[in-house]
Amino acid sequence: MNSLLRVEDLKTCFYTDAGMVKAVDGISYDIQEGETMGLVGESGCGKSVSALSILRLIPYPPGKITGGKVVFEGKDLLQISEDEIRDVRGNRIAMIFQEPMTSLNPVLTIGLQIGEALEIHRGLKRKETRDEVLKLLRMVGIPDPERRIDDYPHQFSGGMRQRVMIAMALSCNPKLLIADEPTTAVDVTIQAQLLETIKDLTSRLGTAVILITHNLGVVARYVNRMAVMYAGRIIESGPATEVYEHPRHPYTVGLLASVPRLDKPRVGRLVPIDGQPPDLIRLPPGCSFFPRCSHRMQQCSMERPELRIVGAGHLAACLKDLGS
Amino acid sequence: MTGQYIIRRLLIMLPVLLGVSLIIFIMVRIIPGDPSMVMAGPHATKDQVEQIRTQLGLDRHPVSQYFIFIGNLFRGDLGTSTRTSLPVTKEIMARLPNTLLLALASILIATVLGVLTGIIAGVKQNSKFDYLSMLVALFGLSMPVFWLGLMLMLLFSIHLGWLPAVGAESFKHLILPAITLGANSMAIIARMTRSSMLEVIRLDYIRTARAKGLKEKLVISRHALKNALIPVVTVIGLQTGTLLGGAVLTEIVFAWPGVGRLLVEAILARDYPVVQGVVLLVATMFIFVNLVVDILYAYLDPRIRYQ
Repeated sequence: MNSLLRVEDLKTCFYTDAGMVKAVDGISYDIQEGETMGLVGESGCGKSVSALSILRLIPYPPGKITGGKVVFEGKDLLQISEDEIRDVRGNRIAMIFQEPMTSLNPVLTIGLQIGEALEIHRGLKRKETRDEVLKLLRMVGIPDPERRIDDYPHQFSGGMRQRVMIAMALSCNPKLLIADEPTTAVDVTIQAQLLETIKDLTSRLGTAVILITHNLGVVARYVNRMAVMYAGRIIESGPATEVYEHPRHPYTVGLLASVPRLDKPRVGRLVPIDGQPPDLIRLPPGCSFFPRCSHRMQQCSMERPELRIVGAGHLAACLKDLGS
Repeated sequence: MTGQYIIRRLLIMLPVLLGVSLIIFIMVRIIPGDPSMVMAGPHATKDQVEQIRTQLGLDRHPVSQYFIFIGNLFRGDLGTSTRTSLPVTKEIMARLPNTLLLALASILIATVLGVLTGIIAGVKQNSKFDYLSMLVALFGLSMPVFWLGLMLMLLFSIHLGWLPAVGAESFKHLILPAITLGANSMAIIARMTRSSMLEVIRLDYIRTARAKGLKEKLVISRHALKNALIPVVTVIGLQTGTLLGGAVLTEIVFAWPGVGRLLVEAILARDYPVVQGVVLLVATMFIFVNLVVDILYAYLDPRIRYQ
């Protein structure tokens, strides 16, 4: 099957004074057309860096993509020229960032910021761009777009700003949308509305989505497939319901045990995962979850587990078979 | 809204200028020396000096002297120079165009070159251009103005003979003083622009702009520059204010007949009315430039709206 996006053994490092940080340490996954995939993990596990690496938006120095392939529509995005990748950015693959407050330019009107991608990728004239931007604003649910198109970001609420970001990202009708924690910075009540908007629009436009989040509740509801990252690697992936119902990696089990569930009766206390994520400069030689794992065996400190098939489309990187 | 704001700001100028007038009035009188004695000359008798003192009104109580000064000021009369017996306004007006010309030429050079250098150095951080330009800027900051003026004069006027050394007769006469006076401001502006640019290009919205597929040139010129220039405008404003205040050293080195030199001559001759007049004028221009800067702010940054 031909995937829309195939990431193969992607590695991204940051060179710091303290040493080389392996932020993304060889991750692989596929995304099919129109599919929604969740990329889950705690802060600093490499979710955002892996997403930024796809569009080569890692600031160099200190960051650098050191290996792997990112094949999109048959082309390796890591090999093409600067001009070619620019043509992909915002056009074929678009991004929504975490902080709508800081991700929009404070001194430019939102109309200009949304219209830019249309002007450069579709070559629209000023008037056409304006009409298109108004259509987009209406589409993402910003009331009274004619009056608001010339407003500046600070004149919008957090949720509205994120809607502006969504309009900007979807302006050129991309094949893939990367949403990097799109709802983390907004009120809980607004989060669901925004996610519904993203879901509605992308399914209507047939856009595939990579939804990056640390919120497992979000994942369960909005994605088809999910991948769990820990210390720069994917440690479990599979159909969302499957991973959610039958987690096979101790870290995923721990994550699920540490969040409240509304769909099940409340039983006892939430269980946090002990310890801290490992130092990415000095990763342990074996499984990076070893020091925190409640199922650890002697072998785990020496051998790094690779992803292996544990069910239908379900992969986990653990030496122990939690399923049995 | 903006109109009202400007009117209010102009009204606030009045008490500030009154304060300035009071301070300068007291300060010139604290300086040792007596204008009547300077005017009368070294061989004058005590009676002659006393007569001049009465003529100048210096025999009155300082408080009443101040009120007379303020009263005249509101009628646009800055008094008469004790040195030349010409009206102070006339003395200043004769010199002001030269000062304006020099200051504007300097700030123009400093702004254009400083901002350009700063942008390139910031965008190409750690490049040869960056290191070299910032080294030159450091020189520009540390170099005493009079020394730079003398060195330029030595090179371009005496050795090469390309430009005149002193005077203010033609455009050619303007070049060396303008560079001398602008060098320091240029260095400050270049460094400020660079650091501001460096700060801005790391921000999230620059990443957003790149993620849209914009060319780097557009990312810099449209998304980074306007944000980066906000602090630079303050610096340019302050520098303009300073330069308008008369560049005393530069004007003396190049024998440039401007307000700065007038001020020094007046101080040396204890010419109270001229000193007071010049300082008031400088203060007015400084406040005015600040107002312009504040208005420019609102233009650059839509988050700032004055009411």
